[in-house]
Amino acid sequence: MSDSSINPNEVDIVIAAINSDLTPFLNEWRPIFSPFHLIIVKDPDMDGELHVPEGFNVDVFTKSDINQMVGSSHSILFSGYSCRYFGYLVSRKKYIISIDDDCVPAKDNNGHIVDLVAQHIANLKAPATPFFFNTLYDPYRKGADFVRGYPFSLRSGVTCALSCGLWLNLADYDAPTQALKPEQRNSRYVDAVMTVPVRSLMPVSGINIAFDREVVGPALFPALRLSAEGKIRWETVEDIWSGMCVKVICDHLGIGVKTGIPYVWRKERGDAIESLKKEWEGVKLMEEVVPFFQSVRLPRSAVTAEDCVVDMAKAVKEQLGKVDPMFIRAGDAMADWVKLWKSVGSSTPGV
Amino acid sequence: MAQYSKVAPTPLLKDELDIVIPTIRNLDFLEMWRPFFQQYHLIIVQDGDPSKVIKVPEGFDYELYNRNDINRILGPKASCISFKDSACRCFGYMVSKKKYIFTIDDDCFVAKDPSGKDINALEQHIKNLLSPSTPFFFNTLYDPYREGADFVRGYPFSLREGIPTAVSHGLWLNIPDYDAPTQLVKPLERNTRFVDAVLTIPKGTLFPMCGMNLAFNRELIGPAMYFGLMGDGQPIGRYDDMWAGWCMKVICDHLGLGVKTGLPYIWHSKASNPFVNLKKEYKGIYWQEELIPFFQSATLPKDCTTVQGCYLELSKQVKAKLGKVDEYFVKLADAMVTWVEAWDELNPVEGKAVEANKVVAK
Repeated sequence: MSDSSINPNEVDIVIAAINSDLTPFLNEWRPIFSPFHLIIVKDPDMDGELHVPEGFNVDVFTKSDINQMVGSSHSILFSGYSCRYFGYLVSRKKYIISIDDDCVPAKDNNGHIVDLVAQHIANLKAPATPFFFNTLYDPYRKGADFVRGYPFSLRSGVTCALSCGLWLNLADYDAPTQALKPEQRNSRYVDAVMTVPVRSLMPVSGINIAFDREVVGPALFPALRLSAEGKIRWETVEDIWSGMCVKVICDHLGIGVKTGIPYVWRKERGDAIESLKKEWEGVKLMEEVVPFFQSVRLPRSAVTAEDCVVDMAKAVKEQLGKVDPMFIRAGDAMADWVKLWKSVGSSTPGV
Repeated sequence: MAQYSKVAPTPLLKDELDIVIPTIRNLDFLEMWRPFFQQYHLIIVQDGDPSKVIKVPEGFDYELYNRNDINRILGPKASCISFKDSACRCFGYMVSKKKYIFTIDDDCFVAKDPSGKDINALEQHIKNLLSPSTPFFFNTLYDPYREGADFVRGYPFSLREGIPTAVSHGLWLNIPDYDAPTQLVKPLERNTRFVDAVLTIPKGTLFPMCGMNLAFNRELIGPAMYFGLMGDGQPIGRYDDMWAGWCMKVICDHLGLGVKTGLPYIWHSKASNPFVNLKKEYKGIYWQEELIPFFQSATLPKDCTTVQGCYLELSKQVKAKLGKVDEYFVKLADAMVTWVEAWDELNPVEGKAVEANKVVAK
């Protein structure tokens, strides 16, 4: 799919600024990002000035903007990585692409720079095929198709709501894994994108993600916050939590989630062993939620992403609340998010 | 954490694995595979005219069965083995005495990886079968047990041991495995994309299994790998592997066994005639619209704890629910039962394994 077929009016690129100087980051992405509108949200916990280089079509939001627009009458903390969700809230574009600010463009197996935007948009615009697995992966890709035995009635596919990209170099491992294998780096570029089958759960990483805001916007939210959540991905689970919810919601609504290309190159950061010492209890709590997500069923009456989030929030509080109060807070945050989405995210003019 | 050793070489398993090859023409393709196959025992299932002599290249250790042998060994039960269709290969699974089977078509050659190196498909299948599967949660970095990969953040720790792998489904470069309508629309399309991944097909998800480049653990899943009634005298063809794959996946999901797909690639050289294929597939194309909901909703009772038990139960459901789609499925359901009976006869649980050519047909 050529760049010229992407309409910049359809795309916002949302970046949570965890680093104060985004100059090197944005300069690396300039050839790919410059046609598009950028929404940069400065981590409210960051002191000092944010540096954004010239030459971009960009809106920057800081702590005071966040407070002004959404106030503090809700339980959501837009801090750390979660500040990006504020960007999702104020965007009015159909597609959002969001990456962490420690990622730079990757090269494919032919040495070409991966056009992150073009590939995410291609993934989102082509149908997803969650009801039957195609062994040649995405059948809509050039040079591929459905294989013999793939039911014809399923070949038109469904809307793709979410495109989950991957990472070369520092893969998205948890702290124990990276601590045990400190030298392990991901050097395998797998040239595939595929639909994650219906009812199959997966870890959705926030490091490199894109979605159709019109279809699934309300279903990505900052809800589960570890008490010692940090500024390195393996000290957080907010995206994993949000991702499990959004997969359940997509399965319920009959829309698809893709995973695979595009890749980003993730720079070295952090000390896995130090992170392990800081926050481990919260990560263990995630084990408790798997049976919940595998079995939760949303009512037929939930036909929009908003409805689904409201129902999921209730289910979370009812069924996981007794496991740990963290989940009650998560359920409340989810319910608050839907209210925010309805007031700030839809009706008022955005960015 | 994925503990699989990346340093230890892959075991050859040369006394534990049989290579099953259906053929009607010749076995010239084996010359190219010689460096990778020569140490293994081959089971050749000769389809078509039994009076034709199939030459096997020098230096291979093999047993060969033609239609006369199949009839002699199975007697009346031979009716479950297809004639004039590569589906007959499943006879080879039945007579094998080994733990693992690798099956490959005689128009499949050694492919090269992107670095230009020859791919040892058998070695990759063995790696796939010897490492666990992870069907209960999707790992976004694909097979976590592969060298250089692992489980990603957010993958439940309680699911990281995985479960035994029953089937390894390989892919094909060059001529892709398309159905006839797709072949007619895209006669020149070639699969040139080498996707460097192996992944577990999630529980509850069906897929179209292709028999061109396939390996499985015969002890874990053998009796479910029946390739159905195809070819001569049957209303359908080119659905043998599909049928086996859907039955197999339902049973694997029920018994807690894994199915992987992806590497290894082989080079598929021969494009079959799309018009011939259309005639064979024609009924399958619209029957499969009934078959898919059937398999997607098939459940097996808790007390089905063996593959044979599951398979027999499935055959009952096929007869009851698909019998009304076409009379063929009644015949197929009966053939499924015959297959299991023949399997158990040739593979008795107690005592020594019976040599195939000594079995007296009942």
